Amino acid sequence: MAHPPSYARHRDGGQPPYLYPDYGSTVKRAPTRPLIHFEHTLSEITGPSFGTGWAGPASTDLTKQHKGDPLGERIIVTGHILDEDGRPIPDTLVELWQCNAAGRYHHPVDQHDAPLDPNFTGAGQAVTDNEGRYRFVTIKPGAYPWRNSPNAWRPAHLHFGVFGGGFVTRLITQMYFPGDPLLQYDPIYQSTADVNARERLIAAYDPNLSEPEWALGYEFDMVLRGRDATPFEVQ
Amino acid sequence: MADKLTPTPGQTVGPFFSLGLDRPEWADMTRHNPCGERIVIEGRVLDGNGVPVSDALIELWQANSEGRYDHLHDEQGDKKIDPNFHGYGRVATDPHGEFRIKTIKPGPVPGRGNALQAPHINVAFFARGLLRQLHTRIYFSDEAANASDPLLSSIENGAVRRTLIARKGEGGAYRFDFILQGQGETAFLDI
Repeated sequence: MAHPPSYARHRDGGQPPYLYPDYGSTVKRAPTRPLIHFEHTLSEITGPSFGTGWAGPASTDLTKQHKGDPLGERIIVTGHILDEDGRPIPDTLVELWQCNAAGRYHHPVDQHDAPLDPNFTGAGQAVTDNEGRYRFVTIKPGAYPWRNSPNAWRPAHLHFGVFGGGFVTRLITQMYFPGDPLLQYDPIYQSTADVNARERLIAAYDPNLSEPEWALGYEFDMVLRGRDATPFEVQ
Repeated sequence: MADKLTPTPGQTVGPFFSLGLDRPEWADMTRHNPCGERIVIEGRVLDGNGVPVSDALIELWQANSEGRYDHLHDEQGDKKIDPNFHGYGRVATDPHGEFRIKTIKPGPVPGRGNALQAPHINVAFFARGLLRQLHTRIYFSDEAANASDPLLSSIENGAVRRTLIARKGEGGAYRFDFILQGQGETAFLDI
């Protein structure tokens, strides 16, 4: 039986390690045993698809989910989901969640002393179009403190989850904003050793995406693992 | 060949993912009434101190009861797609670090070459404190095919191998715990 090729492995330094003591929560959660290397089979190269509306209706404007307008700086975030070879990935689910403009999540665990916004939940989803493109309208999230180290603050960020073509391409990541002075102090951002990979996490401000008198535009592409150059062996 | 693009690094799912990712209905993969044997898999997640992990997210991907994935690259002509089974599920742990998922027992699926893989569910595992996901598999203790499964057979240490096998307990549910560190540490896969 003919198999499509397996997916390329990540390069050294291109992904964060599991154990990264500067991010304290990794210390008791990172595996201590070496991972078991395993060649891809049908189980790894297949994965869920969402083009049929399986995940429910799109919700791409997070500023229109309540009666009133949320507080904060209105932004447009758009980009392509691509593989390493630059091929767009259509029909894949993109999930987004974030805190509000004051730096507070609409979540019971978040006890940060900042106001909730009754007009902002902070969750959305989209399925990419034929060109692998997604687009959200939201507000710029605030920075917020966390207890990783004294006086630690997370840089403003959006959380994104993306699937891609196979179960091995699954990606959950965070998008940051250009020029944020907190990035150099943030161990979650800094955990990826390769600077080119790390800077993939920073969106680009694009005046052409901004809408006059309405919202600032940011471009954020997400690049998933591509096919391996060597063909899948059939013995 | 043109230069490859640099893949986007993973970043932790954080403690607030339920805001965007929690879909309780996705923990019941039988909700559209698929073909196959109904099963329940339950367990808990423990960290290196033995403390329950109440903010973990478990994603599952599996073949249908005949052993076919609902995906265009699964071209097994002798097995049918089940229109009532998509194969993808998701569950978050509760405040006690416990989870419960309803699904159907997958059929065996082809491995590399002529190998056949024992029935299994593929898992992507996320949590605060994990900068990117872990991958593992759930096998089933009552499957004779485990003995010839390529992945299980490749793990020489029996105690490590057994961490991948869900055991049927009293009441009929399968039990599968995720032990992130220490004694009984779950075998995670580099895929």
